[in-house]
Amino acid sequence: MATAEHSTPASDSDSEGTTTTTRAITVNRPLEELYAFWRDVGNLPKFMENIQSIEVLDERRSRWTVAAPGGTEVTWTSVIVEDEPDRLIAWRSEEGADIDNAGRIEFLAAPGGRGTQIRAEISYDPPSGAIGKLVAKLFQREPAIQTRRELRRFKQLMETGEISTAEPPDAAPRD
Amino acid sequence: MRALTWQGKHDVRVETVPDPRIVNPRDAILKVTSTAICGSDLHLYDKVIPTLQAGDVLGHEFMGEVVEVGPANESLKVGDRVVVPFVIACGKCFFCDRQQFSACDNSNPADKADMSEKLYGYPMSGLFGYSHLTGGYAGGQAEYVRVPYSDVGPIRVPDGVDDDKVLFLSDILPTGWMAAENCEIETGDTVAVWGCGPVGLFAVQSAFLLGAERVIAVDHHPRRLDLAADFGAEVLNYEECDVHDAVKDMTGGIGPDACIDAVGLESHGMAIDNVYDHVKTTTMLATDRIHALRQVILACRKGGRVSIPGVYGGFADKFPIGALMEKGLTIRSGQTHVQKYLPKLLELVLEDKVDTTSMISHRMPLEEAAEGYRLFKEQQNECTKVVLKPH
Repeated sequence: MATAEHSTPASDSDSEGTTTTTRAITVNRPLEELYAFWRDVGNLPKFMENIQSIEVLDERRSRWTVAAPGGTEVTWTSVIVEDEPDRLIAWRSEEGADIDNAGRIEFLAAPGGRGTQIRAEISYDPPSGAIGKLVAKLFQREPAIQTRRELRRFKQLMETGEISTAEPPDAAPRD
Repeated sequence: MRALTWQGKHDVRVETVPDPRIVNPRDAILKVTSTAICGSDLHLYDKVIPTLQAGDVLGHEFMGEVVEVGPANESLKVGDRVVVPFVIACGKCFFCDRQQFSACDNSNPADKADMSEKLYGYPMSGLFGYSHLTGGYAGGQAEYVRVPYSDVGPIRVPDGVDDDKVLFLSDILPTGWMAAENCEIETGDTVAVWGCGPVGLFAVQSAFLLGAERVIAVDHHPRRLDLAADFGAEVLNYEECDVHDAVKDMTGGIGPDACIDAVGLESHGMAIDNVYDHVKTTTMLATDRIHALRQVILACRKGGRVSIPGVYGGFADKFPIGALMEKGLTIRSGQTHVQKYLPKLLELVLEDKVDTTSMISHRMPLEEAAEGYRLFKEQQNECTKVVLKPH
């Protein structure tokens, strides 16, 4: 495998309207380190752009908060439903969340000691109601875009210790 | 601070923009002492590379003094005098591990990397001042510049050495060097170089340093051909001869062992296929005019090597795939892995093995940068390289 990303993003909607995105990315770090970082779900807002905070409630449950326009917040509880150390983590939102979502991330040692292959599968239902529409605006329109950008930021953070940016004021200001 | 900003096709202006600041732990801020206009900046000036935005600060060839370093930067300190590679590379990914720095997986920000992934299949690295395809990083044709991953790229240069002598380590010298290295030169080889801009001139010098017996240089600007001849090349003016026949004749009918396309996507020329390309490009059916590259592929000997340092961005029409396959050519290309070559090339420059200054035709203050772009675009015979002084 000579390239770091070996799968193009894909999104599919099933008959119930759930959108599922899968994407693979190779991270040049040991599998154990990546699993441990992801399993400590409080770390996730470091590279997930839209998540303001994640409060760990217990071994499996955590409270996710998304900042919404007008100073409001949207929160839901996420539960880890599968957890195999150094292998995979899967989670889903509890019943009644404003935005039903689920995720699954698998870790696999890349051949020849070339780091870790990660395969992510993220799905969520299009939200309904006023608050749902607000949340939908926050989550970018195309879930595949959101997933691939988050995976790139995760890789940047794990490999380099920082997340690449060219944001102003480093670039000239724009209208 | 003052900086050269892109406003639109053939419209660049020096304007006041916010000072850069440290954003990430491995950043540094540089006070720019010298910066150059690159031939590839003309592709931006001509708006043939997409995704520029009005106000973008251009410039990817620069050097200066470190005035601030981020908390995680353990290799630079305030006061260091450095030349900065135009390629931004993290130093930690699969590609940086293999010294393929221009393929760095991390330096193009996550939101910007979508575009090149769509165009090329995989996202490309970040570059300074070279459109949002390559990250949208502010460039160095400015009084100050933020250098991300500054613990990987910049190379310290000794005090007492003129800026002009080492400035081109930032891009065109390593680019010309890698172009020649990609020719895998063997004893007795003849190397032909299309394009005697600064990259072509460094390719000529590098080819000799890497063991070429003869170098043939092709252009149509007499001044540029004179410079190539000064570096030992046999020169051909394509307006005065049929280049294909001439190189064949000069090589005893065999053809050059290796050919370098140092022209890139805005190839000029009188041949019929170029007129065809121009029509196609202006109607958006194809993006890159490849007259020089076609000639390179046809002229190269059977089993020879073709090296492409010239910049291409999109798609080409009438690519001579038959000649490539039937003759068994090897093609090597890519944005330059600048960081890989810097220590060796700095040594060669300090030992005066490479002439880095005689191609500089214009030195001017940053405030006159727009005039520099105009000259470099319109007077390519006299204007061979422009160096700007921001302070």
